[in-house]
Amino acid sequence: MPIVPATHDGLWRERDTSPSAIEAAIRRLLTEAHAENESYVPARVMNLVTIVDQQWSGEIANRLRRVGRHHPSRTVVCAVEPRRTTLDAVCTVAGPAETKPGDFAVLRETVIVTCGPQHLPHLDTIVDPLVVTDLPTMVWSPHGHPEAVDALRHLCQIALLDSVDEPDSGDALRRAHELCEELYVVDLAWLRSAPWRERIAATFDPATVRGDLRLLSSVEVRHHPDSAAAALLLVGWLASRLGWTVSPLVQRGGPAGRRVGTAHARRQDVKITLDADATMTVPGLAGVALASASGRSLRFDRGSGGLRASYSRTVRGGTDVAREWTILGASRGEAGILGEGIRQALLRDPTYGPALDAALTLAG
Amino acid sequence: MSDPAAVENPLVKGLERLPVHPTVLVIFGATGDLAKRKLLPALYNLAHEGALPERFHLIGVSRRDKAHEEFAAVADTAIREFSRREPDDKVLAALLAEVKYVAGTFDDATVYAALKAELDAFDVAAGQPLNRAFYLSTAPEFFPVIVEQLGNAGLTEAAGEAEVRVIIEKPFGTTLDEAIDLNQRVLAVLDETQVFRIDHYLGKETVQNMLAFRFANSMFEPLFNRNYIDNVQITAAEDIGIGTRAGYYDNAGALRDLVQNHMLQLLTLLCMEPPVDFSADEVRSEKVKVLHSIRPPHRDEVFRAQYGPGTHAGDDVVGYLQEDGVPAGSHTETFAAMRLHVDNWRWAGVPFYLRTGKSLARKVTEIAVTFKPVPHLAFGEEGSVGVKPNQLILTMQPNEGVSLSLGAKIPGNRMRIRPVNMEFLYGTAFMSQSPEAYERLIMDAMRGDATLFTRNDEVEAQWRICDPVVRRWEDEAEPLVQYPAGSQGPPEASALLLGDDQWRAI
Repeated sequence: MPIVPATHDGLWRERDTSPSAIEAAIRRLLTEAHAENESYVPARVMNLVTIVDQQWSGEIANRLRRVGRHHPSRTVVCAVEPRRTTLDAVCTVAGPAETKPGDFAVLRETVIVTCGPQHLPHLDTIVDPLVVTDLPTMVWSPHGHPEAVDALRHLCQIALLDSVDEPDSGDALRRAHELCEELYVVDLAWLRSAPWRERIAATFDPATVRGDLRLLSSVEVRHHPDSAAAALLLVGWLASRLGWTVSPLVQRGGPAGRRVGTAHARRQDVKITLDADATMTVPGLAGVALASASGRSLRFDRGSGGLRASYSRTVRGGTDVAREWTILGASRGEAGILGEGIRQALLRDPTYGPALDAALTLAG
Repeated sequence: MSDPAAVENPLVKGLERLPVHPTVLVIFGATGDLAKRKLLPALYNLAHEGALPERFHLIGVSRRDKAHEEFAAVADTAIREFSRREPDDKVLAALLAEVKYVAGTFDDATVYAALKAELDAFDVAAGQPLNRAFYLSTAPEFFPVIVEQLGNAGLTEAAGEAEVRVIIEKPFGTTLDEAIDLNQRVLAVLDETQVFRIDHYLGKETVQNMLAFRFANSMFEPLFNRNYIDNVQITAAEDIGIGTRAGYYDNAGALRDLVQNHMLQLLTLLCMEPPVDFSADEVRSEKVKVLHSIRPPHRDEVFRAQYGPGTHAGDDVVGYLQEDGVPAGSHTETFAAMRLHVDNWRWAGVPFYLRTGKSLARKVTEIAVTFKPVPHLAFGEEGSVGVKPNQLILTMQPNEGVSLSLGAKIPGNRMRIRPVNMEFLYGTAFMSQSPEAYERLIMDAMRGDATLFTRNDEVEAQWRICDPVVRRWEDEAEPLVQYPAGSQGPPEASALLLGDDQWRAI
């Protein structure tokens, strides 16, 4: 769906306001929009409540604008400003450029509430009137503020987070694990590993090679220096799906270096290596290599137009088969990852929790 | 306990995109209109999303002489023009990097020998036999020819774990006899599980949503029967004429173009019993039961007409007979309507009105289910439009959604009632772009999931309903009723309606 310029852009703003005044303003803006053009209808997909530092709120707004078609229907931005004691608010109800007679046009609602740190422990009392009842509500707090997320736990069903945002991947995974107890967690670090997981699953799907899953003897993952969490989740996924027993990896060469360790499969040990790749310019994974005790090895690396796959089989006396091919697919980019995260809020992935448990153990 | 890896792939759970065996897709008619507008863009979008199998190759087959690179250039141009998203140059280049092209007529055995050589080369390069999916995007007369030639060349036999599948575009025959003959010729070479007969309507999200609507909600199902439903109208209206498609359309007409396939499919989805599960054969068996319950309509239960000159969007438009390429005095209908009855316990006595037409007032595809009125009305109707029977409208296009009309009190001192609508629009609840029907169907065919494809007995059952009408109409020589282009259609179509039933406004 192309992004069209908004022509209808209902706007309301008030200083030193209250949640009830904001809620009344949204209702009025929606009514006015519909009165102006009955093609305008409110979208009812999900609420996204995001807590951001006021000084970085523009960057977050830009990221949300770029998610394209997978945007929430009502976005409530709580912009935290140091030393603020009152609430200011801006509401917009925006519709697309043109409507055809008899057609409908979906409205997007955005509420920006500027608040202070003192509001965060009780943020639910501000946000509750502003979200659409009975819609799924997701909370995203990219700049920390865990007390605000905690205040919203009973109001939200989904937490969006990015484990690569935390400097320490172990802390990030522990926080995700803690949130999992009450909320459905959508972790962008997990979503970054999705294409890799799909490709590994596809490679071992033919019945003739499926047996090699039992024979995996090593896993190497290269990742952006800040994306160790994504790599840990990928290995955690393999471990949880294949029934490996894992133990903490050993860090070598500092936080941005290499982690090594061993998992125990039913038939043999699996050597695990996570390597930070300083040449990588975007968060996520750079490559995955798997080898089996039967002499097969498989690599996936980022390449032009998709992943570059290479396969080889080693027999006594040397390599007897070596092949390379491209697995087609466009990079989703960070905007695409965020959009996918918002879309995933409406789905449920039963494999994340077990993968997270294993990743936590690997992180130590 | 046995090792799970030995029996199933433990890595598949939770994945949104299930693995598809490495595949070579061969498009017959690769330089044709459908390939350029739909199939090649669909393949690009699947590639962009990383949805294609990890190893995927494309081979084009067509009559025109071309080098591999020339076909790649044709595909590149078509994808750039018709893709629903701006192509990523790197992905597009990777998709087309190893494209092959085989030129020749479809009855020429050497074409298939050349095709086999290309397919075998891909297998050798991959080190394993790849699945082969043959997409027949050609004129219908070539369907049996191609299938037989594939059989003669040994291309329909799978090697090892690989599968061979044949995807056949519509129309699947133009009469019952043709459909039976085509089925026999196709199934003499292939197993039914290898055949994927496309009805692209079934690939539309909103059509599939009918199954969700009916079988994921308990509140409507108890009402979906003869005790509560008065009548059902299925409308597929287009606001444009035939354009440049006179060659195809004048041989087909509205009945073959839409009623025999798409509209009967909608009817089966609305009327079918809940399947045991959503496997291909369970769903299709339930649909076939519905088709078997419908007797061919009598002469007075069908109606046809042709659009004459009229006005569309304020501009004068020509009638069908004045369109380029339409033979003088053509008897081809551009409007068809019929009354059908589904003679089973659930639906006996409920009339199903189907109508479709070109050059009507508006483009809309919908199913309108009208419930029976309340048995006793306690309210006076004076001073209002009064109480109307509830209507459930399932709209396929353009505003995909569900609407339920209810009686509500008009504000004021008196008890006056008027109908109001409870609207649900898919666009407001999901805000995501539905994949093109062809993207879904190509993936399903490559995966071997035939749920959204028409089975042989289904096609023949559809033809058993429509074939007598086609034959009658072919024997009738009198001029067709004309309706003005841009109108609601011919008023004479109301003769099909029983009692006080009325056509919904288009």
